[in-house]
Amino acid sequence: MSFQKKDLITIKDLSASDINYFVETAKEFKKISLKDIKKVPTLRGKTVVNIFYEPSTRTRSSFEIAQKRLSADSLSITVSQSSVVKGESLKDTLLNLEAMKPDAFVVRHSESGAAHFISKITKASVVNAGDGINEHPTQCLLDIMTVAEVKKDFKSLKVAIIGDIYHSRVARSDIYGFSKLGAEIYLYAPHSLLPRMIEYGGGKVFIAKSMEEAVKNADVIIMLRIQKERASYYFIPSIEEYRNFFKLTPELLSKADKKVIVLHPGPVNRDVEISGSIINENKTHIFKQVENGVAVRMACLYILIGYQKLNG
Amino acid sequence: MDKLLIKNGIVIDPLTKTEVKRDIYIENGIIKDLPVKKPTVDKGVVKTISADGLIVFPGLIDMHVHLREPGYEYKETIKSGMEAAISGGFTSICCMPNTKPVNDSEEVTRFLIDKAKNLDLINLFPIGAISKGLKGVSLADIGKLKEAGAVALSDDGNPVEDSALMGRALLYADTFNLPVISHSEDIKLRGKGVINEGVMSERLGVIGMPSIAEDIGTARDVILAGYYGVKLHVAHVSTAGSVNIIKQAKKIGIKVTCETCPHYFSLTEESLLDYNTNAKMNPPLRTEMDKRAVVEAIQDGTIDVIATDHAPHSKDEKDDTLDAAPFGIIGLETSLPLTLRLFHDKKISLIRIAELMSLNPAKILNISGRGSVSNGYIGDITVVDLNKKWQFTEREIKSLSKNSPFIGEKFKGKTSFVMAGGKILKEN
Ligand SMILES: [Zn+2]
Ligand SMILES: [Zn+2]
Repeated sequence: MSFQKKDLITIKDLSASDINYFVETAKEFKKISLKDIKKVPTLRGKTVVNIFYEPSTRTRSSFEIAQKRLSADSLSITVSQSSVVKGESLKDTLLNLEAMKPDAFVVRHSESGAAHFISKITKASVVNAGDGINEHPTQCLLDIMTVAEVKKDFKSLKVAIIGDIYHSRVARSDIYGFSKLGAEIYLYAPHSLLPRMIEYGGGKVFIAKSMEEAVKNADVIIMLRIQKERASYYFIPSIEEYRNFFKLTPELLSKADKKVIVLHPGPVNRDVEISGSIINENKTHIFKQVENGVAVRMACLYILIGYQKLNG
Repeated sequence: MDKLLIKNGIVIDPLTKTEVKRDIYIENGIIKDLPVKKPTVDKGVVKTISADGLIVFPGLIDMHVHLREPGYEYKETIKSGMEAAISGGFTSICCMPNTKPVNDSEEVTRFLIDKAKNLDLINLFPIGAISKGLKGVSLADIGKLKEAGAVALSDDGNPVEDSALMGRALLYADTFNLPVISHSEDIKLRGKGVINEGVMSERLGVIGMPSIAEDIGTARDVILAGYYGVKLHVAHVSTAGSVNIIKQAKKIGIKVTCETCPHYFSLTEESLLDYNTNAKMNPPLRTEMDKRAVVEAIQDGTIDVIATDHAPHSKDEKDDTLDAAPFGIIGLETSLPLTLRLFHDKKISLIRIAELMSLNPAKILNISGRGSVSNGYIGDITVVDLNKKWQFTEREIKSLSKNSPFIGEKFKGKTSFVMAGGKILKEN
């Protein structure tokens, strides 16, 4: 088993067996995080540059920890307060960093397609850590890993994705990823926040008629974050209204199967998209997701840089 | 009264498209098939109404009414509006949100519903605002409005200028299966116009509103509904252009419905000849060609509903120049007689009238149990004497405001009985 690409930009590029390969590899790496000495020499002498054009505490620290545990040399740049201010283009920034011969870039950008753009400039591997509203492939892989630890078979697994689907790179990647493994996807959102089309490469994607319907039949519930700005652009009336009609409450959750897996990519707006009590009472897998995130990111760097070693 | 028998009327049922002489039996407010053994006409137990030679319609529903309460009670209150509605044969009315405060909240919606409940006259179905304060800047709390009892949303009075807001309102409302009613108009193109732009505006020397301001607004709203695959109801269609746009839209499967008002198929801009402020409304009275197009659209099914756009204004407000007087006319008491003229002129059937004024509004607004005279439906009934001749005089107007261009008009056909939930509200 191997992966034949330099970069991880989109889940669309991955076959079902690619996804399983990433997840199986991540399971191996997870063992390292459970050891007393959480470090292996796998990527010793390799350089990874994390470029974040958008602030992110969670994803960035997850990648940084993954790199440290693999003994890579890493550097994190938050670009918003450096070159961009000086007027340097994305291309020039990358060409300069490229000259320092890194082995991989981890890229987060507020513009869709940024990771793709960078992957064309550099010979190094590129891991998309979230581009605009487009995709967040490592989040998808860690979500799949978290579910795979509980559910063996993804065939006709029912995955409800609820919230701001239209603007969610997590939703986009999850829809592709879960449906490639045979799951059925049920979307629920204010209709102003649903995607315009639901063609996802032949995946079984449906629009649920109500929040209750989406929750009741689900094996997995993925709640998405709603941003306050959505009210200013008329996608929703107000956060108060959103809370009233689109929040996952204990009452709603009680209608679901007892073994339902509740996920959220974070950061959570407590009592906006999900009741705080659901998190407090440990009814979600949110912290499992964070834990698995490190393992997935270790696996991604290992696989992509490993490919570079063979083909570079 | 628990039991009511309406005997020998010609019953018009738009649901089954039937027009037959039969009795209607109402028990505890619900229409029931007559028991095999006829209820004993033991006076006091069963009240009998003789509808010999009369027409029995399902209770009429006016889905476009401006009551002025809260805020402008000197023009109209909920009570006076309901009295005008009863006089005109309506058992249900829907009130637009442009009151003070605007009905953009559950509080105002609840106030209206509670007030109507206390009055215990006819049914009141509030329409909530699309945007907060009707300002077109942010969405009203639409889910909350629905929860409180609003049956539809509209920013009527103002078109929603921002296409993004209109599109997202249609989508967001669709989440709650709440119909959106558009006042479709390009407001910049309307400008300061006060009547239809054309021969009459030139003759009177006043600024006109081009008919295309309505057409463009209608086209935009229909395109939005078509693109997003959601329902839209267009209010007060008055132009041949709008009619045509809606006709084409329906042909290609866009989920659009629309209404017109009696004045658009009864009058033209000629009525403004004396700078008559009681003929000033928005959309304005148009040309003979538009009027003909509206009548044809009523006949061919392009127009789904006849609504009044009842818009009361006080005498003092209307007693001003054409430029300064407010837009709007009252309509509840003349809507049915004006529509009956189309029947008398052999343009439409009585079944079609029942569709336009009862069944279709109920369907569009998801009002269950109304719009038909059949078993299990609510006992909302309007009984009409088709041949009764009468004159509409200012003295008889029940509405607090008298701003009608039809004062002095002679009519054939008048409401004889009105009952809501089996309760008799008007009896001649
Ligand atoms: Zn209007
Ligand atoms: Zn109106």
